[in-house]
Amino acid sequence: MSAPPDERPPVTVLQAPVRLDYTVTAGHHLSTYLRALADRKIVGGRCPECHKVYLPARGACPTCGVPADAPVEVADQGTVTTFCVIRIPFDAAPFPPPYVAVAILLDGADMPIFHLVRGIEPDAARMGMRVRAVWVPDDQLGPTLASIRWFEATGEPDAPFEAIASHL
Amino acid sequence: MDTDVLSAPYVLEYTYQRSTGPVIGRFLTALRDARLEGVRTSAGKVLVPPLEYDPETGEATGDPVEVGQSGTVTTWSWVHAPRRFHPLDRPFAWALVKLDGADTAMLHAVDAGTPTVMATGMRVTARWRAERTGSIRDLECFVPAGGASR
Ligand SMILES: [Zn+2]
Repeated sequence: MSAPPDERPPVTVLQAPVRLDYTVTAGHHLSTYLRALADRKIVGGRCPECHKVYLPARGACPTCGVPADAPVEVADQGTVTTFCVIRIPFDAAPFPPPYVAVAILLDGADMPIFHLVRGIEPDAARMGMRVRAVWVPDDQLGPTLASIRWFEATGEPDAPFEAIASHL
Repeated sequence: MDTDVLSAPYVLEYTYQRSTGPVIGRFLTALRDARLEGVRTSAGKVLVPPLEYDPETGEATGDPVEVGQSGTVTTWSWVHAPRRFHPLDRPFAWALVKLDGADTAMLHAVDAGTPTVMATGMRVTARWRAERTGSIRDLECFVPAGGASR
């Protein structure tokens, strides 16, 4: 397979991968959120003082300092608050570029989640766009955000900027 | 709320590919030929592995210098339980080895079999892989001079 040493060109490149093997422990609030995803539900937690809905729920509301874990189911559709068009391929890319990554403020939530939007031209991505979850088939559901395959446009009129202005 | 907490493996991996530059590239090319090379500084010191700049003066280093295949252990640490990406799959020593003709020591593995064989000042010799690609792993390890303890 390799040529005699003196026929090979000089070495100019070095493979230097870095790999860290973690075991992530989700904690109670994140576990609740992940388990709900296996049932096609998106569950956050409400702060009893400021009434904000965190997604996933939090042990403490960062504003009020009280537990923010009263479970609240939010919708599986919402509004794009911001987006990024990925045009450069990389090893872990979920699709060949170009594709669109978005922050989505789900209806009933006060914190956006990050996901992908498919079925639109990249140039059509915009703030205020209304999208809904496309779930995987039942036999592929699990306690992971990958239970939502991606989001797609609902075709509704865009939400006004004021609807997302305080969630950017 | 569920009380059982989920956990899952999570791998963070960066598949870096780096340009070697001329000095390290020459060092790796020499390893592929089963040779050990350093560089000479303006003060006449031989640095192995080579550096692009003399750490004492900041000047660019000079010509490549081939050094010996054997050297002296200047310090070492025994690894009782090798991990997955370690160079050997059996207990070994990490050691600084000052090769004959070099003024600095190089970090590498010593396949000594047992820590009782290891000593500062001991003599070791390079053991090369048969298939070499231009990597520090072309030098499989050092072995105690006078024979491997495998
Ligand atoms: Zn609050």
